[in-house]
Amino acid sequence: MSAYEISLLSVIGLNVILAVSLNMISGFCGQISLGHGAFYGTGAYAAALTMIATRNFPLSLVCATTVGALAGIVVGFASLRVRSDFLAVTTIGVNFLFTGFVRKQGWLGGEMGISGIPASGLGGNGNMVMILLFAVATIALSLYINRSWMGFAFRAVSEDENAAATLGINAGAYKLAAFGIGTALAGLAGGLYAFFTQFITVDTFDFIFSVLLMAMVVIGGIGSTFGVVVAAIALTLLPEAIRVVNDYRLLVFGGLLVLVIRLAPGGLAGLARRLTVRAAKP
Amino acid sequence: MTAVLQLEDLAVHFGGVNAVDGVTVSIAAGEFVGLIGPNGAGKTTLMRIVSGSVRPDRGRVVLAGNDVTGISTASRVRKGLALTHQIVRPFREMTVLDNIVLAAGYRRTANPLRAALSVGRKRECERAAEILLRVGLAGTADKLSGSLPLGQMKRLEVARALALDPQIVLFDEPLAGLNQTEAARMVETIADVNAQGITVVLVEHNLEEVMRSCRRLIVLNDGRVIGDGAPQAVMADAIVREAYVGSGTASHARH
Repeated sequence: MSAYEISLLSVIGLNVILAVSLNMISGFCGQISLGHGAFYGTGAYAAALTMIATRNFPLSLVCATTVGALAGIVVGFASLRVRSDFLAVTTIGVNFLFTGFVRKQGWLGGEMGISGIPASGLGGNGNMVMILLFAVATIALSLYINRSWMGFAFRAVSEDENAAATLGINAGAYKLAAFGIGTALAGLAGGLYAFFTQFITVDTFDFIFSVLLMAMVVIGGIGSTFGVVVAAIALTLLPEAIRVVNDYRLLVFGGLLVLVIRLAPGGLAGLARRLTVRAAKP
Repeated sequence: MTAVLQLEDLAVHFGGVNAVDGVTVSIAAGEFVGLIGPNGAGKTTLMRIVSGSVRPDRGRVVLAGNDVTGISTASRVRKGLALTHQIVRPFREMTVLDNIVLAAGYRRTANPLRAALSVGRKRECERAAEILLRVGLAGTADKLSGSLPLGQMKRLEVARALALDPQIVLFDEPLAGLNQTEAARMVETIADVNAQGITVVLVEHNLEEVMRSCRRLIVLNDGRVIGDGAPQAVMADAIVREAYVGSGTASHARH
């Protein structure tokens, strides 16, 4: 496999983890987060610093995941106080806060980022396989949660928090759980990314990237794991396959987002469902 | 008899208005209590204090011996309180059956960790199917609850309340918006709930149905209890008649 293919598959794996984990927060539990990139970045920086200090690769990934989850739970507390649209604005703020903060911190490399992150020791191929295995595990976890009573309660909280409370469901606890799980996975993806590139800069984790992740979720079909996986793969490959798309990436993704919201609010998953129903009819 | 619900000297004011002003009531297990009062008497506020969506300025709410004054609605529900809303709030995107299954699984959804570790739904599905039959919703199990007519949505609320294995159910104007036939059937369903030993508190505007079905009547006016006892005796009381029945005339006279 060429270095390019290895790199492309690794990026696909990372984007799948990120989009599927965002879907747990925004799709399953209905908490619109436009700052997922910040948690991705938090994990990347946590892994880089841990690795530089300890040279312990597994510990670095554990740190990335834990720091991502903790940051998510802190932001999740905001979701207890504000309603959906304000939460979206709050999370945008969190993303800007993250990038603005990191840029000014010398110990985080400031504008220059952190380079020379020690290698994981797995090599390019090994890193790719590890990323893809984590992506598969994330998909499996997402499918499991959706089938479990947790997914059931998430759907209730997503639709009507107060009605959920009258069924004994503590909406606040579930929202924190969704943020905790989703951002832990984003942190993990950040850790994997740090070892994939061995060089991180804050621009990778900006608000635009968070919007791109949300585009994957919405275009795939908010709440549908498989739809989101397909969209994450397609939106990663599209700019690679069509050079023009790469040049006008934001324009194309923004346009797709508007088209999907306007014409097919259920995204790819909704379209697939409609086609299956139509095909099943005699 | 043991008290399922005790309200001790509850008071809350909004701005300068005392919405609830020193209400003390004790409701015993198995009772069927009607709560009435003219508009603005404080019924809804009192129910909100009991359900936990309004925090009282003073007083206590004691549910089955536990002081629940400071805890959330969800925790009160898990301690045996169930409520139906005046404006129905089913999960519209879920099927009728799933709405009830979710309620029946209240032990599994008590916290996210337990919910994450639970998958099977067989027991809850059986219980939900049984309740569907009991409230007269058989045949609607697979329909999206958002597609039901109002009368059936109100029954769905009752079904969800029953699935929580409650000790007491607060019905907030369950007859509002129903036609006469639907209202009569709803009253029958509520009476059936009470016949199973579940305590019922019925907040209702439809005085005729309340008088017909309740065995105890509590009348609120200006945030205070002005009548409490057997329905006929309470309604015969001069103060109650003046406040409740005569309120329309009095307000007209003032204008």
